[in-house]
Amino acid sequence: MAYKRQIDRLPIPPANAKVHNVTCHYCIVGCGYKAYTWPRNQQGTTESNAFGLDLAEQQPADGTWLAPSMYNMVKQDGKDVHLAVVPDHDCVVNSGLASIRGGRMAENRPSKVTGTQQQRLSDPLVWRNGVWQPTSWDDALDLVARVTAKIVDEYGEDELLVSMFDHGGSAGGYENTWGTGKLYFDSIKVKNCRIHNRPSYMSEVHSSRDMGVDELNYSYSDYEVTDTIVIVGANPLETQTNLFLNHMVPGMRNGARFIMVDPRRSVTVNAAEEVAGKENVLHLAINPGTDMVLFNALLTQAVDNGWTDADYIAGNSFQGGEAVAMGTGQPSGLGSLDYAMQSCRTSAAEAAEICGVAEADIVKAAEWIAKPKDDGTRRKCVTGYEKGIIWGNDNYRTIGAVVNLSLATGNIGREGTGCCRLGGHQEGYYRPSDAHVGRPAVYFDQHLIKGGGKVYHVWACDHYKTTLNAAQFKRVMKRRADMVKDAMDAAATGTREEMVDAIVSAVNAGGLFVVDMDIIHTQIGANAHVILPACESNEMNLTSMNGERRLRLSERYMDPFGNSKPDCLIAAGMAHNMERVLREMGNDAYADQFKGYDWETEEDAFMDGYNQGNPEVTYERLRAMGNNGVQEPVTGYEDGKLVGTPRLYTDGVFTRHGREDGKALFCAAGWRGWQAAGKAQEEANHEFWINNVRANIFWQNQFLDQDNDFIQDRFPYPFIEMNADDMARLGIGAGDLIEITNNNGATQGMAYPTDTAKPGQVAMVFGSPAGSQGNVVNPGVNELNLPDYKHTWGNIRKLANATPQAKAVSFKSKEYKA
Amino acid sequence: MKCNRLVDAGRRQFLRGGIVGAAGAAAATVFPAQQASAAGALAQVDYPSNRLANLADLAINEPMDIEYPDADSPGVLLKLGEAVEGGAGPDGDIVAYSVLCPHKGWYLTYNGEDRSLNCPGHFSRFDAEAGGQQIWGHATQNLPQFTLRVDDKGDIFAEGCSDLIFGRPSNVL
Ligand code: SF4
Ligand code: FES
Repeated sequence: MAYKRQIDRLPIPPANAKVHNVTCHYCIVGCGYKAYTWPRNQQGTTESNAFGLDLAEQQPADGTWLAPSMYNMVKQDGKDVHLAVVPDHDCVVNSGLASIRGGRMAENRPSKVTGTQQQRLSDPLVWRNGVWQPTSWDDALDLVARVTAKIVDEYGEDELLVSMFDHGGSAGGYENTWGTGKLYFDSIKVKNCRIHNRPSYMSEVHSSRDMGVDELNYSYSDYEVTDTIVIVGANPLETQTNLFLNHMVPGMRNGARFIMVDPRRSVTVNAAEEVAGKENVLHLAINPGTDMVLFNALLTQAVDNGWTDADYIAGNSFQGGEAVAMGTGQPSGLGSLDYAMQSCRTSAAEAAEICGVAEADIVKAAEWIAKPKDDGTRRKCVTGYEKGIIWGNDNYRTIGAVVNLSLATGNIGREGTGCCRLGGHQEGYYRPSDAHVGRPAVYFDQHLIKGGGKVYHVWACDHYKTTLNAAQFKRVMKRRADMVKDAMDAAATGTREEMVDAIVSAVNAGGLFVVDMDIIHTQIGANAHVILPACESNEMNLTSMNGERRLRLSERYMDPFGNSKPDCLIAAGMAHNMERVLREMGNDAYADQFKGYDWETEEDAFMDGYNQGNPEVTYERLRAMGNNGVQEPVTGYEDGKLVGTPRLYTDGVFTRHGREDGKALFCAAGWRGWQAAGKAQEEANHEFWINNVRANIFWQNQFLDQDNDFIQDRFPYPFIEMNADDMARLGIGAGDLIEITNNNGATQGMAYPTDTAKPGQVAMVFGSPAGSQGNVVNPGVNELNLPDYKHTWGNIRKLANATPQAKAVSFKSKEYKA
Repeated sequence: MKCNRLVDAGRRQFLRGGIVGAAGAAAATVFPAQQASAAGALAQVDYPSNRLANLADLAINEPMDIEYPDADSPGVLLKLGEAVEGGAGPDGDIVAYSVLCPHKGWYLTYNGEDRSLNCPGHFSRFDAEAGGQQIWGHATQNLPQFTLRVDDKGDIFAEGCSDLIFGRPSNVL
């Protein structure tokens, strides 16, 4: 039976509760919340409370309500205090809406009182005597610095491998990307590094940037005043929930039509039909990986019918044919529209054939996007895209094809338009230049698999759950890390010098010394030798920007758990220790490179980094801007307010590529079928396409949700949506545990019968601790080492009957049924 | 603006429910004898024991509108026809839930075809046959389920609730 909280009343926040601005630290939307904290021995009443409401009355729909998941008891300045984290009605992002993720921020806080999130790491841990032993920061950082310094000094900086998050929210943000960035790109120049979600250090949207178009160029309000919303390879109701509910839904209510490009019918399509009416929703359920062909055909329709915006193209885009030639690290040429059309031209009939959708629907989509209205005015269109093409086939050219259409129809830089990533985490990137990393950047995973590197620093990444070719990555990394564990066990009784020598010998024999910074024990962390506990947003002050570049300060309202610290201060601690150890080693010049980390707080790191590039922006000013913040770039400070930029490129000058002419470039997005190695063959040899999908209920790889009873009760195993006929044929019942196998590895999950699932296509939720989908994703990447997680094929077999937990859950359709 | 119209539609739908008047009128609130002196000092909320209906009033898969613990808290009483975990009555198939969506408090409507409660607010869905488990949605809890007792005469009483009801700091205001 469903999980019951058995809670029938909650403490009431008193009128004098402390109020803190909070930006939800989960998804890119960055909804505003208010955190109320008050002493343990106080409470409000129904008449007098922090909400200013008569709580003796039933509150109306859409009213303020403190749900049990929004309450906890946490430590603040060393004392236990009540905590309520409630969505903010005055925040323009969410207007008081919470999602199933953000609405659980409070209960996903670590609390010794209520027992929540006791998985959080509280102390540095060092591998000793066959287990991780808690120790002091000084002791742990000394070991990290001695091994790291010896390796970079004697063998070179290329022997240091680094995985580091580049996002905002969570434990990312401008403070922490700067702390880590300064350490690895300034004090050291690390080349062998990667980002949390991709196997090298590079942009996910190279082509948009190379075309001059930053991938976050609109305001969320643009959805409310547009004529057509185009969503490509995304599922915003689930993964950008309040962007959909608070901006796209009003847009549809104002008359916007909705086009979805996705092989799978998701709940977003269902909801759009409910809001806009079926006649105003067009779901182009294309064959997997064929988005580029569809967008080339839409562009061709616009060009051939004279529906392009000629003035916009003439004024704002490059006119002289080819501007950038295809080459190494350049997966396609870039230039004028005419130039691009030589590669992009695709008839609706050709596209219908390749994409597997009706020609008439392609024509209809082109009309909805580009055909001027009867009075001759142009239609406005907003396009949002995400993992379906970012982690899809031929990333560079496909995103190029999408941006081409928006540029050609004048749909960037004007109200009611935009062509943007929808995003995963918030953003919060401020680091020294990464130019030394090169383009293409090293394919990090392969480098590690081939034995590269001696020391590995991992910052809040769990590649075991989320990388591609994960089975092999895990196997090799475990073997290499175990060599070092064995050496450490053998040297357990020796001095620190002897321990360091033992580690260095082991890494010289092919081992890998692993230092893991995270908030919990992770799967990759199981192979670490030192684990350093980090804290999260609101246990520290944190600045990030959302998917419309809205910058906020999310305030600290509680203490970091145990002895954990902000990542930026961990990085500073590493730098201090590196400096000291290098000096002891007699290398003063190298030691001097680790100066400049005299940070007491995260604000110091912010001032050292982001503020240097954006001198108007300070904590104090951001605090005053509250949950509505300011949209980047910040251009000034007037009348006590930061002045921002609601929309980019309103002047028609495109800058993201750094070209002096300020002209946008079109992408010669020539179709070449499956771009990444091995995909075509894998498809030919297996029965099922394994779509890699997200669900609203889980935040990312479930790192907190794995310890949340409400969530784990709903899906005790990763769901695999599957067509009923396929299930019957293979003798699989609802909730049965099934295994997916191919040449890359195996993974498992729970069958979820889904009437809208196409035969031969299953959709498995990504990043689950109980079944890593990455195990079966092949190592194929594009020229820039961008992965194609989305295209994986495998065979399916039943492992076991539904367990009692699986039997207890609902297997009904996820679609709203009035 | 459409939001408000939908709320109204939901409310009308709720009020239109055939038996609600009868159920409301028949509801007998029984207070425990000690309630007055003990109020405020007990660890648990004291729930009223309210008669919702008699077994004879229920037909399989015909939702009956109810109010519990008070008139401002609408709910639904259902006879599912098949025993479910937590089901009351001789057949173990009677359940009752709050119909205020635990996301933002819109009124849920019952879909008899797949026995789900659906929210027009933001499309959340709950399974009437699985203890009110959220099938899909934005709420951070499953549907508050009312604790039922059926007496010898077949009268069905609600006497408790599994989760906090939307819009209240305490289930009993
Ligand atoms: S939509 Fe995203 S930002 Fe908003 S509450 Fe949900 S997870 Fe947080
Ligand atoms: S109020 Fe029910 S889904 Fe939002």
